[in-house]
Amino acid sequence: MTAAFYALAGVALVVLGLYGLSVQAHLLRKLLAVNILGSGVFLVLVSLGGQPGAAPDPVPHAMVITGIVVAVSATALGLVLMLKVAAASGRPTLDDAPKEDRCPKE
Amino acid sequence: MPEGVSLSALAALPWDAVLILLPLTGAVAAGLWPRSARPIGLLVSAGGIPILVGLGTAVAGTDGLHHAVGGWGAPLGIELRADALSLVFLATTALVGLGVALYADSYFEPTLARWFWPLWLFLLGALNALFLSADLFNLYVTLELMGLAAVALTALGGGRAALTGAMRYLLATLLGSLVYLLGVALLYHATGTLDFGLLGQRLEAGPASRTALGLMGAGLALKTALFPFHFWLPPAHASAPAPVSALLSALVVKASFYILVRLWLELFAPLAATAATGQVLGLLGMAAILWGSWQALRQPRVKLLVAYSTVAQIGYLFLAFPLLSAAGLPDAAAWRAVLWLVLAHALAKAAMFLAAGNLLRFGGHDRITDLDCVAQRLPLTVAAFALAGVSIAGLPPTGGFIGKWLLLEAALLQGRWDLVTVMLLGGLLAAGYVFKVVGHFFTPAATRHEAQRVPARMEWTALGLAVLALLLGLAPGILLPWFDSAVVMPMAGARQ
Repeated sequence: MTAAFYALAGVALVVLGLYGLSVQAHLLRKLLAVNILGSGVFLVLVSLGGQPGAAPDPVPHAMVITGIVVAVSATALGLVLMLKVAAASGRPTLDDAPKEDRCPKE
Repeated sequence: MPEGVSLSALAALPWDAVLILLPLTGAVAAGLWPRSARPIGLLVSAGGIPILVGLGTAVAGTDGLHHAVGGWGAPLGIELRADALSLVFLATTALVGLGVALYADSYFEPTLARWFWPLWLFLLGALNALFLSADLFNLYVTLELMGLAAVALTALGGGRAALTGAMRYLLATLLGSLVYLLGVALLYHATGTLDFGLLGQRLEAGPASRTALGLMGAGLALKTALFPFHFWLPPAHASAPAPVSALLSALVVKASFYILVRLWLELFAPLAATAATGQVLGLLGMAAILWGSWQALRQPRVKLLVAYSTVAQIGYLFLAFPLLSAAGLPDAAAWRAVLWLVLAHALAKAAMFLAAGNLLRFGGHDRITDLDCVAQRLPLTVAAFALAGVSIAGLPPTGGFIGKWLLLEAALLQGRWDLVTVMLLGGLLAAGYVFKVVGHFFTPAATRHEAQRVPARMEWTALGLAVLALLLGLAPGILLPWFDSAVVMPMAGARQ
């Protein structure tokens, strides 16, 4: 029962992350949304891993620890990129392509 | 084996582990000693080919080599597996990688080269590790390593377009791998294993496996830039430095496709309930071909045109999913054609991006209408672009032609006229966008541009890759048996 609760909470976090990623414009919020999404996935992984009553299964935990390491490095890269984007364009958002990339209206 | 001793000694070496460790060690070394980065990078890129020959010798005649890293086998440890299917992708990576590395050596200034070499070697190590992984989680880790290296490479040139392109690419790639991981979590819950071999035995049709397939398929389709998940690809591929664009289009999008092929052939296709997913992937593939080609035709700049062409060509790779044999299993002939297209597209597309890089270096821009008599001034680049374009359009006698012909044949045999029509239309449109560029090669531009010198090696490497794509079409008989076993063996393993 508790496992199912945690799994559902994980799914809710995933949905929340997806929502944030698509709705928020600020890159920091987008990165945070990805992290929330990731936490949701990890929660699902851990909560679905064990059988009720049995000893905890170490494999999902090992996976989640690896996943956290990956998420930390990805977030670090994302933050640096965000700063560079903000420095280059003046705004920490994903703008539309600059004018030269657009097709001319004929 | 006739040569006895020497060959069996070669086969005993853990080539698969070397293929992963060498680039990773090289990447760290190139990062630590920037002055030696160039020789390290070139050496490791070239080293992939002899190692692959060693691995190929060891794999030939077997149904795949398994290597338990550190003596810890499945289900707890990490297992590496090399078979004919992984060899197809490994060989593509080694060939294109070497060509692009030679090009990059002339392309980058020392300040950027310092960063290019370690990142490229990380990417190479991740790609090799991905193609050799035999469990779902290891595939996730290699996907992420590959994605991070690819994003950093995209941003290498700096500038607003490249940085925003890289940022969008990072968010897309992270989302893709997390959705894939969610699918992995469900599969682990349903089967208690991550190993492909054990999964094949334990997986049963049901809501859990269907949801997992949906999630993993969506995540990987996003990473492969299948229509309508292609939005991140054109800005990233068009704004990255030319050698990086070549690597991204030729290799990186194929890596997530490889996982999808593995999952499909070994795990999901034998479950009859997944046929609908195959049809959906086929439909998206058709949409990708039409939309990507149409967009390519409308682009004003060479690199954007080539990037949209990648969106279209990825579509062809998905046309094998809806084709099933009489027994309801994947159609081996169609899959053989798709693998052939993977190799042909990688060679031709890398050549096209490298040629586009030469045009950009030469004129300082890549606006198609402002190309200024380049045929006279950069004949090798023009030849490379045209040859690669002929292969992309699927005209004889190139590698692209053989791949598309085989795929067309498979679709015809099954009476799938919708697939046939889209393939032919896609070919026409591809010829259209290639010749749109080639036409402007021969004419002077309205305004004259100051031309910059393009190093000879940059022209020759582009031409070399294009010629390889051509040669692939001249002697298909030599390689086709290998592609046959690459398809048949995973499927045979799945049925056991």
